[in-house]
Amino acid sequence: MFWKTQIPVFIVFVVGMLTLLQWFIPHYPLNQIQVHMTQWFDIIAVFAIVLGGLNLLKLQFAKITARQKDWQYALVTIVSFFVMLVFGFTRMGLSPDDGVRLGSHLQQEGSNFHWMFFNVFTPLSSTMFALLAFFVASASYRAFRIRNAEATLLLVAGIILMLGRVPIGHLLTAWAPSYLQLPAIQEWIYSVPNLAGARAIMIGIGLGMVATSLRFILGIEKSFLGGDE
Amino acid sequence: MSRDVWILVSLGLVAALTAVTIGFISWGVSNHAIGFGFWIGSLLTLGIFSYLYKDNAFYKFSEHLFVGVSASYWIATYYWTQIDTNLWGRLFPAQFPHAGHQQNLFYVIPLILGLFMLARMIPSIGWISRWSLAFIVGLYAGLRLYGFLQSNIMEQTRDSLRPLYIPGSFVDSLNNTLIVVGVICALLYFFFSREHTGAFGVASRVGIFFLMISFGASFGFAVMGRISLLIGRFNYLIQASDASTGYASAVVTAGMVLLLGIGALRSRGDTQEA
Repeated sequence: MFWKTQIPVFIVFVVGMLTLLQWFIPHYPLNQIQVHMTQWFDIIAVFAIVLGGLNLLKLQFAKITARQKDWQYALVTIVSFFVMLVFGFTRMGLSPDDGVRLGSHLQQEGSNFHWMFFNVFTPLSSTMFALLAFFVASASYRAFRIRNAEATLLLVAGIILMLGRVPIGHLLTAWAPSYLQLPAIQEWIYSVPNLAGARAIMIGIGLGMVATSLRFILGIEKSFLGGDE
Repeated sequence: MSRDVWILVSLGLVAALTAVTIGFISWGVSNHAIGFGFWIGSLLTLGIFSYLYKDNAFYKFSEHLFVGVSASYWIATYYWTQIDTNLWGRLFPAQFPHAGHQQNLFYVIPLILGLFMLARMIPSIGWISRWSLAFIVGLYAGLRLYGFLQSNIMEQTRDSLRPLYIPGSFVDSLNNTLIVVGVICALLYFFFSREHTGAFGVASRVGIFFLMISFGASFGFAVMGRISLLIGRFNYLIQASDASTGYASAVVTAGMVLLLGIGALRSRGDTQEA
């Protein structure tokens, strides 16, 4: 209990308070906290990413051994994982005498990692996000069918904002006085009512973050320990 | 042949194509590698788009490939930018001079905490990863508490306190009034300790309208972002349909449509037989 629960809560308290104190006492040694501890944060985050990779492999191997539905595709994930990993940690594709350091090879044209990034990773990631355009279109159609004042306001604001930022929006209302043209209307929507709503959301998020951070630092919130605590 | 064998044969063909491509670039035949790059890129782009028809083998293959490749991509990228430079570079500066750091043995602490994080893979000692998590939670809470207090609360409130009347400018006065009223009403909407009735209810309803306009603007930006990505992908496919790439995207599209059509006919035949 002491090692598994109280020590983590104590670590959160000490690290949280030290980090907070450095904002109010910005002198040595406290001012070093932000410099070094944020680096520590990034380093530990890399181990968390590695943990994610290992967990992915564990799940995929389990899928294959249990012969679950579509287990063959788990092979694709495993093979592609190792192929990209090998390319990430070797200089494959580059000649030995070109003087490119291991690590810099990631961005070096001609390396296998670079090739995989441009011909496999980029097409896949950008197409995956581009695919969402179709789902957003279907979501807006469903929002249109709700037909209440709030949904209509959301869609009208969105459509004016989109049209006002492309040439066709300007062309559609070129005949109107300048303050009634779509680019001017979208600019007004963006900088007045949108600003008011967005600002209220930001203040709300800020209040929520401050309260939650305090709850963590003071040990009231312990959800990071897992569901059984 | 059973469905499993079909899937394995198809995967084998794609793997062979990838291996040939990698072979080309590994042995320095860069022109072939560029050409093959378009073939692979077209196959994967259209594989993802094929989901719009229905969930199929091309999509599943591309999706699983994406998961595997991106996991390793981020591991390699972060290893070289963080572990190599900031961890090894500070613990062993003589062996890692390119990092340009002085020795700092305190960096053994994140190394230990990182290894504790990996202990999660071993159930008997997995609890020790809570210490690393606690460090991350504490640091993030400390940084964000002040950061959000400063930027989201103080700065936003300060900029919302605007003069409601600006002599000689009706439009600016109206805009400022709308911003002040909008912020207050939208904040009232988030106040759940009191029932939203009467004047309070009216104010919170006005707040909802401002919030909806805000969500509409975010929605518009999200759509525009996705559409611009979509245009980018279409541009890529058009570029890949050039004679210099061997009409890669056109051939891949034709092949994919043909195979999906055969698959649809086969499944229709199976349904009728059943």
